[in-house]
Amino acid sequence: MTAATDCLTTPLYDLHLKLGGKMVSFAGYSLPVQYTGNSGGIIKEHLHVREAAGLFDVSHMGQITVTGEQAAQALESLMPVDVLGLAPGQQRYGLLTNENGGIMDDLMVSNQSDHYLLVVNAACKHADFAYIKSQISDRCEVKQLDNKALLALQGPKSAQVMASLGGGVGSMGDWFFMQSAVITLAGVEVLASRAGYTGEDGFEISVQESDALPLAQALLGHEDVLPIGLGARDSLRLEAGLCLYGHDIDTHTTPIEAGLNWAISRVRRKNGARAGGFPGADKILDQLESGVSQKRVGLKPVGRAPLREGVLLVDSEGNNIGKISSGGFGPSIEAPVAMAYLNSQLCDAGTTVFASVRGKTVAAEVAKLPFVAHNYCRGHSS
Amino acid sequence: MSETFYTEDHEWVVVEYDDVVTVGITDYAQEQLGDIVFVELPEIESELSQGDEACVVESVKAAGEVKAPVSGVVIEVNEDLNETPEIINDDPIGRGWFYKMKMSDSTELENLMSETSYQQLVASLS
Repeated sequence: MTAATDCLTTPLYDLHLKLGGKMVSFAGYSLPVQYTGNSGGIIKEHLHVREAAGLFDVSHMGQITVTGEQAAQALESLMPVDVLGLAPGQQRYGLLTNENGGIMDDLMVSNQSDHYLLVVNAACKHADFAYIKSQISDRCEVKQLDNKALLALQGPKSAQVMASLGGGVGSMGDWFFMQSAVITLAGVEVLASRAGYTGEDGFEISVQESDALPLAQALLGHEDVLPIGLGARDSLRLEAGLCLYGHDIDTHTTPIEAGLNWAISRVRRKNGARAGGFPGADKILDQLESGVSQKRVGLKPVGRAPLREGVLLVDSEGNNIGKISSGGFGPSIEAPVAMAYLNSQLCDAGTTVFASVRGKTVAAEVAKLPFVAHNYCRGHSS
Repeated sequence: MSETFYTEDHEWVVVEYDDVVTVGITDYAQEQLGDIVFVELPEIESELSQGDEACVVESVKAAGEVKAPVSGVVIEVNEDLNETPEIINDDPIGRGWFYKMKMSDSTELENLMSETSYQQLVASLS
């Protein structure tokens, strides 16, 4: 963490300071890692999201629109995802892959009827935009939205909070996970999608920069909502088994090694209606059939000491078998949790592996992901 | 009234009696670390030189080390920290103490900071 100087700010910067945010530099933005005060601190903030609802400022993330009749086909040339089959209002998790099958970024893509919206990682957003533009701007219009903020409301009470601000969830009983809609929330027109990065029910809300502050204040005005910093965002996503780009996935890991097989849409797989046709397709689709030599797994360290990113893993004979990609403490399970890349033969849940931490050997058990069950509002069909 | 000394690394040292001191981390340090979830304490009877790594403190986000503010032998550790490390956040200069040691050279205390100079240091950091 570095001092929050020479950083970009979001429209909520002054609000973060007023709420006692401990500001740090993250992907070039000054953002709160946690808040101070009685309800602040990573553990309290984390638990509040699991129990009620929390508001995150994720305005640092990139929002890119792709418009034109060829938009869906063009996006399919960049991702192993079924974009053509995405109904209006529907959203999907996507991966920008490179020619080696590595992951350039992970993102959300949604069909907004007259365009597609991509929400991409902050650290990758300028590179993503330049890359996407260079690949498909001959077929469609690619725009980076610079005047939008992004808020995330996460937690089991999120839908109630949205409804209390006129957000229509109450009347829209059929608004499920991964669906988005333009709604009026606290008098402000927003694009809300029922998704997030915590494993809980919740919404990501794209809003005009100028409307972000009053909207955030309205959401925080609800008694169930507390502001949540980046620290709890990380511990929540880790417990939910969700990848952090640049740590759990990057250009050196393929979707199959990352265990993201589910993100390769059926129609894009071998024998699918639109099989292949995305960068690295040969390698990725081969791996999907024949397997990989290393895979991302969950790990539960024995004891209380967290195992963190970069720690090497060995078997009982001391052979190198893998490496931690992210790790820390899981406040909801009250124990350390980690994710690691591990030799595929050792990926069965319950397998014991070892790490050396400060000269001491720590055992860890391969565990099923997620560590905390997802609590999405999936509706009746799934 | 026992005297308290401080280090630039935000540890406190209280002289209990004779050459026995108690060591912990300051309120500023616990605040910087955030929610503490694990502490690795030194072994009793281990000999530490001034500046040696004595303990490891892990918070939800990061790991930090606690150095030996003076040289000596560890004679007691706060076993409560093994099960409830969060008491360091709640009460860093009381129940959240780390260990006691018998100093081998009490003149080393002269290198440490007084309460006043430590408060000035903290004020300059915020």
